[in-house]
Amino acid sequence: MKSNNNLFQKELVQQALRESFVKLNPKIMFRNPVMFTVEIGTLVMLLVTVFALTSDSQGSFGYNLTIFLLLLLTLLFANFAEAIAEARGKAQADSLRKTREETPAKLVRSDVLNDEGMGALSSKHISSITSQQLQKGDVFICEPGDIIPSDGEIIEGLATIDESAITGESAPVIREAGGDKSSVTGGTKVLSDKIAVRVTTAQGESFLDKMISLVEGASRQKTPNEIALTILLAGFTLVFIIVTVTLKPFADFAETPITIAAFISLFVCLIPTTIGGLLSAIGIAGMDRALRANVITKSGKAVETAGDIDVLLLDKTGTITIGNRKATHFHPVKGMDKKAFIKSVVLSSMSDETPEGKSIIELSETDPASYGVEDARYIKFTAETRSSGIDFGNTRIRKGAADAIKDLCEEAGNQFPAEVSDTVTRISSNGGTPLVVSENEKVIGVIELQDIIKPGIQERFERLRKMGIKTVMVTGDNPLTAKFIAEKAGVDDFIAEAKPEDKMNYIKKEQSEGRLVAMMGDGTNDAPALAQADVGVAMNSGTQAAKEAGNMVDLDNDPTKLIEVVEIGKQLLMTRGTLTTFSIANDVAKYFAIIPALFIVAIPSLQGLNIMELSSPESAILSAVIFNAIVIPLLIPLALKGVAYKPIGASALLRRNLFIYGLGGVAVPFAGIKLIDLFVSLFI
Amino acid sequence: MNTEILGVILMYITVMALAIPLGRYIGKVFNDERTWLDPIFNPLDKVFYILGGIDPDKGMNWKQHLWALLTINAFWFLISMFVLTNMSWLPLNPDGNPSMSPDLAFNTSVSFVTNTNLQHYSGETSLSYAGQLILMLWQFISAATGIAVCAMLFTAMKERTAEKLGNFYRFFVRTCTRILLPIAFIGAVILVFSGTPMTFEGKDTITTLEGEEQHVSRGPAAAFIPIKQLGTNGGGYYGPNSTNPMENPDYLTNILETVYIFLIPIALVFAMGYMLKRKKLALVVYGVMTVGFLCLVVPSIYFEMIGNPAIAEMGIDQSAGSMEGKEVRFGAAASAYWAINTTSTSNGSVNAMHDSMTPLTGMFAMLGMMINSFYGGVGVGFINFYVFIILAVFIGGLMVGRTPEFLGKKVEAKEVKIAMVIALLHPLMILGGTALASYLYVGSPEAYAGWLNNPGHHGFGEFLYEFCSASANNGSGFEGLGDNTPFWNIATGIVMMLGRYLPIIGPVAIAGMLAAKKYIPESAGTLKTDTSTFGILVFAVIAIVAALAFFPALTLGPLAEYFSLT
Repeated sequence: MKSNNNLFQKELVQQALRESFVKLNPKIMFRNPVMFTVEIGTLVMLLVTVFALTSDSQGSFGYNLTIFLLLLLTLLFANFAEAIAEARGKAQADSLRKTREETPAKLVRSDVLNDEGMGALSSKHISSITSQQLQKGDVFICEPGDIIPSDGEIIEGLATIDESAITGESAPVIREAGGDKSSVTGGTKVLSDKIAVRVTTAQGESFLDKMISLVEGASRQKTPNEIALTILLAGFTLVFIIVTVTLKPFADFAETPITIAAFISLFVCLIPTTIGGLLSAIGIAGMDRALRANVITKSGKAVETAGDIDVLLLDKTGTITIGNRKATHFHPVKGMDKKAFIKSVVLSSMSDETPEGKSIIELSETDPASYGVEDARYIKFTAETRSSGIDFGNTRIRKGAADAIKDLCEEAGNQFPAEVSDTVTRISSNGGTPLVVSENEKVIGVIELQDIIKPGIQERFERLRKMGIKTVMVTGDNPLTAKFIAEKAGVDDFIAEAKPEDKMNYIKKEQSEGRLVAMMGDGTNDAPALAQADVGVAMNSGTQAAKEAGNMVDLDNDPTKLIEVVEIGKQLLMTRGTLTTFSIANDVAKYFAIIPALFIVAIPSLQGLNIMELSSPESAILSAVIFNAIVIPLLIPLALKGVAYKPIGASALLRRNLFIYGLGGVAVPFAGIKLIDLFVSLFI
Repeated sequence: MNTEILGVILMYITVMALAIPLGRYIGKVFNDERTWLDPIFNPLDKVFYILGGIDPDKGMNWKQHLWALLTINAFWFLISMFVLTNMSWLPLNPDGNPSMSPDLAFNTSVSFVTNTNLQHYSGETSLSYAGQLILMLWQFISAATGIAVCAMLFTAMKERTAEKLGNFYRFFVRTCTRILLPIAFIGAVILVFSGTPMTFEGKDTITTLEGEEQHVSRGPAAAFIPIKQLGTNGGGYYGPNSTNPMENPDYLTNILETVYIFLIPIALVFAMGYMLKRKKLALVVYGVMTVGFLCLVVPSIYFEMIGNPAIAEMGIDQSAGSMEGKEVRFGAAASAYWAINTTSTSNGSVNAMHDSMTPLTGMFAMLGMMINSFYGGVGVGFINFYVFIILAVFIGGLMVGRTPEFLGKKVEAKEVKIAMVIALLHPLMILGGTALASYLYVGSPEAYAGWLNNPGHHGFGEFLYEFCSASANNGSGFEGLGDNTPFWNIATGIVMMLGRYLPIIGPVAIAGMLAAKKYIPESAGTLKTDTSTFGILVFAVIAIVAALAFFPALTLGPLAEYFSLT
């Protein structure tokens, strides 16, 4: 899925501009206490401006009108920030959703299907409807070339499916009934075979629909952290209400009249309008960034929690290692010709479709057909023999786990060579898997299989460690192999020979010690652990149960996605923190701009406080209000993109952000207000 | 170097040399570790426990702590009201002083029970010895109240996950017997030897050098003064407080009394470090408080020592500094040093008239009270600081990309709400009170003419100072204000009560709720609170939340005064 990263696309901006005015509705504004007070101030200024037409006691009409317009602009800027974030999120979600609208669906009668299977279906059992008419529980079939009309679960059949519309991955995937790969996503295309699918979500209730409603204003719930921050900001607003209101009797006592415009300007400049205006945009942008990473979040809270994760549970296969094991070495027994050994090995694997088998052929660099063996009988791997192989003529070649082959040879009265035992142990302790090969019940050598660790994964774990996150590898391997791979990849801990309940127990243990745990999973087996984890990311290819249990769904089925999700969460929180700091730090300069301006006429000696040497009281106040307004749109890109997260440790990060946004927050408005004043003073 | 400045440095070094070991000792007292004073005090404590019907081993949750605190405080208030309104016929009244009017008794009772010691009266003419002694009792136990509840706060910070946070009465009794009593006793002995009265006889009569006969008030002053300083009470035995030679005879006693102001507030920070085994956190807190204190004290000493330019213009020598309203035996530097000590700790005793200080020193004194946590009052200073820590943790936590946590506990909406309300309360009461006074005065200047001797910016400063003093439970005054009127007695009485109890209730509730939360172990991604960076953040929060809110008011008061002076 390609996304346009340009922050301000034309049509989105137009839509957001319209929304900025709609959002002036006090009912909507009320959700944001900081901006709501600004709105009240703006209304008061409107009345004062009208009044100024008749009397000059509150300053000139033009001055009051300018203040009123600037305040209105402040409100519109704040609304625009929220609207553009919403528009971007919606556009992203819409483009995902578009693919699955208005697709024809082949509805079938599920009773026929249940009784007799797909083969018994004839055209009288199938009716064609549109995807939007599909109800939860309906069953439809898809044949090659069909677009799957809705999310669902395969109840019969197997098919190769092109999911590139959703994931951007061009290689087709196999989905089949039963097991952990039974889920299909609406909008993807069946390439071969025929499947029957049961609709699992009602129209309008798919994860994508939920996500869109999270982005939209009405049903958006504030996250706990957002609520806490809103309280903090409301508190600051109250402090400045007190400051402004009490200033009236103070000024009367000092016999220095202050205009209403000046009072309201002081108030609006002091309250944290910058963060107040950008707060909801930051939250929406966090979810939007997750969506751009092809992760659908089911709540804003999940993104926030991701930033807090202490422990990350990662499956070995696919996350830490590339797919499956690969053959890396052949170890023929002493006296055995290597070429002959390779021949036997290749023959035994020529009909072996497993990735391991294929990798053996690859390693041998030979073509099995060149040996010209005919009438071969392939022996499949079974749980009892725990070996596979091939019979032809009088030759019986087997390969399998060391103890299985040992039993096989010893039963036939042949010794299991000590040399081979040593090799087997050596391979195991190096994190490899030994496959012992026998020919006619005599051991002829060992194939070494190794896990290939993904390139660059060590650096990613190092980065996580610096964030303070513990990584845990989950694998079905024996502890010896698991330990080796864990060390090589640089994870902090591992769960070997893992059963689904082991994951669950590990999560519970970490949680009981107060840590937050994230994991990724796909199977029904994983569902309880996904539900238990603080952040559970289900793969889109996974079962419906897994997707229901987790609080995020990854459309790419990429197990390393968790790492990105954590960074998105941290960015979200950091953006809130830094902009709050910036917003509050701005007050220092605003005080020094406005306070002297309020009193300087009555108490000329206060000129000493006018450290910015602003040209006149009116221009000082105007400059502060203008600065206050334009800083909001200037910071919209930062709010939408998020503050860059650098894994340099919490203290260094705090130092860095405190320097940039704290000290910067104090310094920037001094320069900004002074510059604006130089400009404004040209006109008054 | 100038000996006056050396004297100031000596006082600070002395207080540090004593506060660090005292902090360790206090930490041991609250951790219930053995100390060498146990053999003396264990039996004594037991007597109090039996008399009070207290089970000192019963754990209390934070609500029970607060309930215990509020009920005994209410009880003390009633006793105080009774004694002060009936002094005239109660025993120990050799000078025949009258009882107090109800509004003055209300103000005085609230003032002493809340550890404020705002005095709208003069001790020598308005109180019997019974009155003085009952107020001295409040000086001990109101200080112990603050320290005991601070001990609970430390316990809450220390515990991983706990509901029960020690026993309030146990903390309280141990504070009285093991901390306040011995140190006050040592101070009293030194004062007696320096000439401070300690008697139950009535006024003495002396013949002055001019041959006039003069009555000199006496009484159990030496017992009263050390706890006045030590417990950040500040209510003088005599009206002029420690400017009076009987209350503060010489430079040595001035050192003693100055050291006693800071001793326990600083020691408590180190006690926290000892109890929590977090010395670095204690150092960061101490560092922030000290930097803040220095920001106030250094310019104050400077301005007092260079003298008043307006007076210099009149041709009067200002080489000894601005000496208006100061005692020659202490000098400008030691007076300015005391002024900032006493206002930044909520003590409120004075050794010079703050009303006469140069405008900016007056402003720094007010800032000390507005911030009220650069060391702060005994126990409550740290409790105030705790609110700023919570706010800083919230902002700082977000800045490192985690939902905020402090000492392993998540700081969430509820805690932020309480912290914000408490941070808001102080500006509300100070600015609101001053606004009300200004409004009334502007409405009918004739009716309230008795309030102000100095109209204009300085008069406004006097309003502001009075409400700062009441809200910060400081108790000192810009004495130009005619404050023994029903308006000031009742208004400051209410402000003192709110300013005492709400800032205790809020942080204790936060600490109690945090203590009950699940403990989250630290990781590399956790915001470290024991670093200088975090210290800077806390300082910035204090400067912006606590100080900047008062900027407009200060501009119309001391700043306007300062700028019109030069």
